[in-house]
Amino acid sequence: MSEILLRIDGKEVKATEGVTVLEAARSAGIAIPTLCHHEKLEPYGGCRICIVEVDVRGGTQIVVSCVYPVEKNLVVRTRSEKIDRLRKMILELFLAHAPDAFALQDLAKAYGADRDRFEKESSFCIHCGLCVRYCAEVKKKNAVGFIDRGTRREISFIPEIASKECWDCKECFPLCPTEALQAAFVWAKTLFRT
Amino acid sequence: MPRINSPEELEKVRQEILQKGTTCGKASPRSCISICAGAGCLASGAGEVIAAFKAELEKQGLKNEVNAKGTGCPGFCERGPVLVIYPEEICYLQVKPEDVPEIVSQTIKGKKVVDRLLYVDPATGEKAIHESDIPFYKHQERSILGSNIMIDPKSIEDYLAIDGYSALSKALFRMTPEQVLEEIKKSNLRGRGGGGFPAGRKWEGSRNAPDPVKYVIVNADEGDPGAFMDRALLEGNPHSILEGLMIGAYAIGAREGYVYVRQEYPLAVENLNIALKQAEAYGFLGKNILGSGFDFTVKVHQGAGAFVCGESTALMTALEGRAGEPRPKYVRSNIVGLWGKPTVLNNVETWANVPLIINKGADWFTQFGTEGSKGTKIFSLVGKITNTGLVEVPMGITLKDIIYKIGGGIPGGKRFKAVQTGGPSGGCIPEKLLDLEVGYDELTRAGSMMGSGGMIVMDEDTCMVDVARYFLNFLIDESCGKCTPCREGMRQMLKILNNITEGKGSEGDIGLLEELCETAVDASLCALGKSAPNPLLSTLRYFREEYEAHIREKRCPALSCKELIAYHIDPDKCRACMICLKQCPAEAVIGGKDRIHVIDQQKCTKCGTCLEVCPSRFGAVRKISGEPVPAPIPEDARTIVRKSKEK
Repeated sequence: MSEILLRIDGKEVKATEGVTVLEAARSAGIAIPTLCHHEKLEPYGGCRICIVEVDVRGGTQIVVSCVYPVEKNLVVRTRSEKIDRLRKMILELFLAHAPDAFALQDLAKAYGADRDRFEKESSFCIHCGLCVRYCAEVKKKNAVGFIDRGTRREISFIPEIASKECWDCKECFPLCPTEALQAAFVWAKTLFRT
Repeated sequence: MPRINSPEELEKVRQEILQKGTTCGKASPRSCISICAGAGCLASGAGEVIAAFKAELEKQGLKNEVNAKGTGCPGFCERGPVLVIYPEEICYLQVKPEDVPEIVSQTIKGKKVVDRLLYVDPATGEKAIHESDIPFYKHQERSILGSNIMIDPKSIEDYLAIDGYSALSKALFRMTPEQVLEEIKKSNLRGRGGGGFPAGRKWEGSRNAPDPVKYVIVNADEGDPGAFMDRALLEGNPHSILEGLMIGAYAIGAREGYVYVRQEYPLAVENLNIALKQAEAYGFLGKNILGSGFDFTVKVHQGAGAFVCGESTALMTALEGRAGEPRPKYVRSNIVGLWGKPTVLNNVETWANVPLIINKGADWFTQFGTEGSKGTKIFSLVGKITNTGLVEVPMGITLKDIIYKIGGGIPGGKRFKAVQTGGPSGGCIPEKLLDLEVGYDELTRAGSMMGSGGMIVMDEDTCMVDVARYFLNFLIDESCGKCTPCREGMRQMLKILNNITEGKGSEGDIGLLEELCETAVDASLCALGKSAPNPLLSTLRYFREEYEAHIREKRCPALSCKELIAYHIDPDKCRACMICLKQCPAEAVIGGKDRIHVIDQQKCTKCGTCLEVCPSRFGAVRKISGEPVPAPIPEDARTIVRKSKEK
């Protein structure tokens, strides 16, 4: 794999072909906020908080840095008026579900997000999928998954697997950006029912 | 039927079929009665009509001289069951089984037209004998749909009789894959499923991708509410789609293809599977096709009904056996697609265009259309329109021509308000833009999109805020729920819209809606989320005053939102006829014989029955919105003294 040069926030960054913009930025010490990203997991691009602006084919595009691969001479801006505005809105949408999550509160402060902008529907889960993907990709157990779709989508433990596998693992709990509340809650509830 | 092993054999087989005379169309030596057996006509009784014709022909001893068959859908669903008699091309509409003996004795034997089954122009009263004389058809350009009525979709012989598979033969034996690709590129055929991406460029990317294993896919996951273009082609002419797919596979170098079709289209699945079996038996699929050395197989995959699986990457994920969720397309699926291989996915209608372009040439194709959009496009014309059905029009035709010349305008003397194009994530186009030419870029500029070809016409009784709410409500269930701007953004948008239509909107709602739309458009993962705000944005753009009336005056200008309207009986007009009183399902009408009726607003469920049943000579009931309901007249003033009794 060859080394290529790109420009992130005005800084020249060297990166290996095939890595993502997020990886390239972080290796150069440039911070981009993430919620659904995890080094051990395949890029997901679900939470959208890591969006950045890139200049491609003569125009500006908004892309998620955790998936977008680096290109030679690519120009990336990790912050702009627009990016900040979009991130603020995404955070406000999350805060309706998990108003007290520390990870969200820190970001909310940075982007001026109003935790009370939308009516509260405290489900805690922000659908980052870390628990689901960790269980599938790293542990290869698939004890927890998403069920249903659209706004009815939620995480759910599969009792037959969870009752065997989860007691001695629980590695997904600390991954949860909303303090493992939802994972633990759903997991316990599922087991109590069976 | 033995395999066909060369282009010469194919032509020989074709001649044999034509001489046998069992096919329809002008080339057939026999008379033929083609009866639409599409889903719409079958629902209105086409199955019985077909059976009646077979029995009647037998009875009148014409079984071996006249063919009668169920065919693909010609599009005029409003007047089904539709039939065409060849070679004269006499078109009868709304045919019932009891009309059959008369048609056989009069038209088939006596060569006379049965007048009452003809199309009558509502404006001029003139009758149209031939299909092509009917205004609904006259202004169309039916390159693709036109063959439907000539063929029994379950018969490959019928398809061969109309030159079927001649484009495949031409591509395989007289063109190199590069030449096929060049022809498609030159035609500027753009994706008919909604995206409008140039098919040639998509094919070229796959062809040039180094991986030797490549796939081609037919996207037959038609999911837009009210859209049935692909259905009519799948059910009516499945071989044309397969032929297009084979040519595409040859051009890019694929050996395997898939048809991803909705399970909710059982007839389409059935006809496709029959077509595949027949194509294999004739040697159009499998190893060494027509003796050319080209191998290609096709599998049918039935989708489980998720709207999002019409999105190309979600479709491929579903095809791989996983939950249908889109993935970011930073590397296009024509390079990394199904199972990580270069994959060309095109819509049903796109593929059906391919054999025509190969046979007739790119120059023929580009004679229709605008600068950026060439060829024809099929639309399903539905809603408040006189002629509901499928229409195939040249790109560049104006919306006005589609709605008025082909569609016959708005029924019931109502006024046109908007036309929604592009499915649930398309936009609403107002009256002032009716002269807009139909094309990909033109519709996008107007805040809507081509989409797959849904066209929903709305009249003055439609509330545009409610329309936006309706489509969001559809999408909120159909979003996969993976990314935040789509899942959470739509959740909040719908809440706000529900509030507005229930009279609970507040200042600032419009601004917040626009901000939520911006986030969904700019930050969503796939095209579903990016385009989901279109109905909302386009109605905000063209009908903003309706939103403002709902929010500020708690008034629904279309008198449609139940929470914002009331029914009132005008005491000066009410003649105490007791009709509404008896019909009201909520027993909300107070009154009696010779007692002026009054609506109890607490009990009223706003079903509108009183307005419907109030005799038009009284016209005492009216809908009101945005103003207080007048107080009921005092009890002692409610007695009506009849003039006849005064005397």
